Amino acid sequence: MILSSDKKVVFQSKWLPWVLIAPQGFIVLAFFFWPAGQALLQSFQQSDAFGMSVQWSGLDNFAALWRDDTYLESFKTTALFSVLVAGLGISMSLVLAFFTDRVVRGIWLYRSLLILPYAVAPVVAGVLWLFLFSPSVGLVAYLLDKCGISWNILLNSAHAMTLIVIASVWKQISYNFLFFLAGFQSIPKSLVEAAAIDGASVWQRFWTVQLPLLTPTLFFLLVVNTVYAFFETFGIVDATTRGGPGKDTAILVYKVYFDGFKAMDLGGSAAQSVVLMAVVIGLTVLQFRYIERKVHY
Amino acid sequence: MVEKHSVLDFFSHTLLALGVLVIVFPIYLALVGSTHSAQDMAQSPIPIWFGQDAWYNYRTILLGEGPGVTSQVPVARMMWVSLVTALTIAFGKIIISLLSAFAIVYFNFPFRKAVFWGIFITLMLPVEVRIVSTYQVVADFGMVNSFAGLTIPLIASATATFLFRQFFLTVPDELTEAAKMDGASPMRFFWDVLLPLSRTSIAALFVIQFIYGWNQYLWPLLMSTEERMYPIVMGIRSMTAGADSQVQWNLVMATAILAMLPPAFVVVLMQKWFVKGLVDTEK
Repeated sequence: MILSSDKKVVFQSKWLPWVLIAPQGFIVLAFFFWPAGQALLQSFQQSDAFGMSVQWSGLDNFAALWRDDTYLESFKTTALFSVLVAGLGISMSLVLAFFTDRVVRGIWLYRSLLILPYAVAPVVAGVLWLFLFSPSVGLVAYLLDKCGISWNILLNSAHAMTLIVIASVWKQISYNFLFFLAGFQSIPKSLVEAAAIDGASVWQRFWTVQLPLLTPTLFFLLVVNTVYAFFETFGIVDATTRGGPGKDTAILVYKVYFDGFKAMDLGGSAAQSVVLMAVVIGLTVLQFRYIERKVHY
Repeated sequence: MVEKHSVLDFFSHTLLALGVLVIVFPIYLALVGSTHSAQDMAQSPIPIWFGQDAWYNYRTILLGEGPGVTSQVPVARMMWVSLVTALTIAFGKIIISLLSAFAIVYFNFPFRKAVFWGIFITLMLPVEVRIVSTYQVVADFGMVNSFAGLTIPLIASATATFLFRQFFLTVPDELTEAAKMDGASPMRFFWDVLLPLSRTSIAALFVIQFIYGWNQYLWPLLMSTEERMYPIVMGIRSMTAGADSQVQWNLVMATAILAMLPPAFVVVLMQKWFVKGLVDTEK
């Protein structure tokens, strides 16, 4: 995605390029730049409960966030959640991709079944796992109960967190798996064979040949999974725990939605949006670094 | 395969089969659940093999009539909303991105780089992040509860533009020269040369964007306040809203299966393009 070489042969026209860009230009201006600017503006403003008057309040909204224990708590929740989702999701799909790359027969079948969760909407994924873990009808909850563990996501926040982590990892595993599989398959067979002739075991080849060559993929997926855990898991949380019990699974995106639309605190919600924007931009810059590194390979 | 290693092969297949089982199990159980009556689902433990009531359950939710149906709108209507939304988003993105990528790659015009970066930056902020202010803008346009409101703001992203740009850069310059020599206009070149060459990229993007559109949830949650504009994904959520014991799980699972079917179909059937598109978009 780096601005690389441009075309040497181009067409000449003063107006045509603008006409061609107009549709996307309009949409991007109206539904991207304008709202993003508004969010930035609102984060420095304070409006009264009826939206009648608006005042400049400088950094008050941000200071209020900083003092707000529930916000800091939500940051911690999100951090824990994304570390778990990224860590578990990446390591499990790496294992699956490694073995899929090894087998000769059945690769199409394995791949077709393993990519299914990609097609499932986060909310639906949430509902499916809720069905397994729900205290009254859940099959897994029933089995756990037989083992003497009383499972209740409505009362126990560790249980609630476990549920949203499982559902989120499940949903994202397909994506990670496809990238790792593509990564494994792009490693030249001759490298692995050379290592085998030198007497390296399957295990050693994985650690010394394949994994080092997969670091760009690994790093890329780390960023993508973090972004996923931060932003795209809204549906899963909303379908299962709704941020509860209490606020124990209210991740940042959920809080932006809740404060903005349920609690009607527009200034506070906008300030949260701005913080989130900063997080995404930071992550994107990280991703760029990774791309630059990959170019040098 | 580097060497023959039958123990390891056996282990690989066992582990993969196990992984596949765990991954597919929730979907399997949803399928099973959708074939039972409400009474069967109230048992503990719930049945894990198919029942007799599939026809009844699916008919009930698709038509939206019968006991246990809480929504005013049949699921068939929700699927229609989802389908229109997903197709509009997929085609809309593909069309506007093809045009703007063509302009950016094949023309020299003032502020070209600025336009490029202006579009590029949209990659950074998903709609979830700027949700409140985007909602206000769309509400100001009077687009709440309309297909325009459901789709157009989600088209404002640059993924497709970049894929097409990357692809256009790999098209040999000789083709452009030949077209110019033959006196073809830019649009003629776009239509007769570039478009046929882009077929694979278009197919790949279609799969990704269709799924993206079909699975939207947070945005419709704000945009659709009337049930007739609920996409199916949102409909499911409202069915599980009640207390745990009152949820009609058999109907919820039938709806979930219907919500998964179209995107799953697209992904598995168009697997080759989809994988290529996914891996290419991120490069």
